[in-house]
Amino acid sequence: MKYIDEFRDKELVQEIVRRLERLAPAAATIMEVCGTHTMAAARFGLRSLLPESVQLISGPGCPVCVTAQTDIDAFLALGDEPGVILTSFGDMLRVPGSHTSLERRRAQGAAVRVVYSPLDAVELARREPGKPVVFFGVGFETTMPAIALAICLAAEQQLENFSVLCVHKTIPLALRALLASGEVQVSGLLCPGHVTTIIGAEAYDFLPRDFGLPCAVTGFEPVDMLLGIEAILRQLQEGQARVDNVYTRAVKVQANPRAQALLAEVFEPCDAEWRGLGLIPGSGVKIRPPYAGYDARLRFPEVWEHLAPAPPSPCRCGEVLRGVLRPRQCPLFRQTCTPSQPLGPCMVSSEGACAAAYRYDG
Amino acid sequence: MCLAIPMRLIEIDGAAGVAEVDGVTRQVRLDLLPEVALGDYILIHAGLAIARVDPDQAQETLSVLRTLADEVY
Repeated sequence: MKYIDEFRDKELVQEIVRRLERLAPAAATIMEVCGTHTMAAARFGLRSLLPESVQLISGPGCPVCVTAQTDIDAFLALGDEPGVILTSFGDMLRVPGSHTSLERRRAQGAAVRVVYSPLDAVELARREPGKPVVFFGVGFETTMPAIALAICLAAEQQLENFSVLCVHKTIPLALRALLASGEVQVSGLLCPGHVTTIIGAEAYDFLPRDFGLPCAVTGFEPVDMLLGIEAILRQLQEGQARVDNVYTRAVKVQANPRAQALLAEVFEPCDAEWRGLGLIPGSGVKIRPPYAGYDARLRFPEVWEHLAPAPPSPCRCGEVLRGVLRPRQCPLFRQTCTPSQPLGPCMVSSEGACAAAYRYDG
Repeated sequence: MCLAIPMRLIEIDGAAGVAEVDGVTRQVRLDLLPEVALGDYILIHAGLAIARVDPDQAQETLSVLRTLADEVY
């Protein structure tokens, strides 16, 4: 496939690997922020290509994984409301709530539909005017414009039976919170290429400025990711810290102005609860008052009135998401927590660090 | 979850379009990318085109790499 195969070229990969050997510092820990990077690194065996002194660790960039337990429980509870059809990206289907999952609820006969796009959920609402259709709005900046557009299109069509449970989160504030905690020590960050198509590479300028960290915005093919790692090692060697963009075919320095206008029209910032990171002020979004009719929290307030707090769980996904515990260091990994019987989201999501380690790291 | 696939834009109808990859076609929305034209490659995520793939930039990344690879031998 064009723009994929060229960036998997073996000779080019080998060339960059040779250059990485020459640049290798005594020790470097690079965090891949994005879950899609985590999966690509595992799938292409990139860790085995890196110099021994260079470690790659996973960060908080798997949206499924960082969704708070109470938000998952709330979405599952929405399915008990009369006539409701729950719609979601497939990634959320098997993620365990406190007592059940979307997949189990579907097997028990609940109306749960997996959609490729939130626009499909709007179309479903149009075809089923008598039934409330609720979409689970999970995802970072890459995904948020599609949900904002779905809400705008529902409003245009004056659909009264469509709503969104919005638990979207924004990446830069999560990175700031994670780094400011001092809990995890990294030498540089691979920044998520597709989030950056929306927010622009300049959104990470605070990372070199406030934390002295080299950064590289990169794509998702092996050549892209290795170029990102090379850019970070080069900055380390030069004693520099800046944001390099090695995904220039898709990413610009500035944000996409259309996307920013769409997001500002539909959403406004709010505090958000992250699994593993806790409450991060201003790191979430909620639906603005002109679109309040599309906000599931306002449409079904009774669900939140009856929602029990999530019971304690032995799951240590939170530490994995902060990069302080490697999947294999978790005592549950491969023992009581497996992809077929997952205890936490990092083992469920195709982009979770534990699922990637289980599937690809032997 | 942030996966986005490069697909070729084969139809445009206002803010809607059709994109194709390996014989698979998909309806897409083009609201974020007013500059796209037929034949462009676009990155599609959840039904929305989020970026146009810049062919010159793609070529430059690859040709710089190939030049460096050749110099080694």
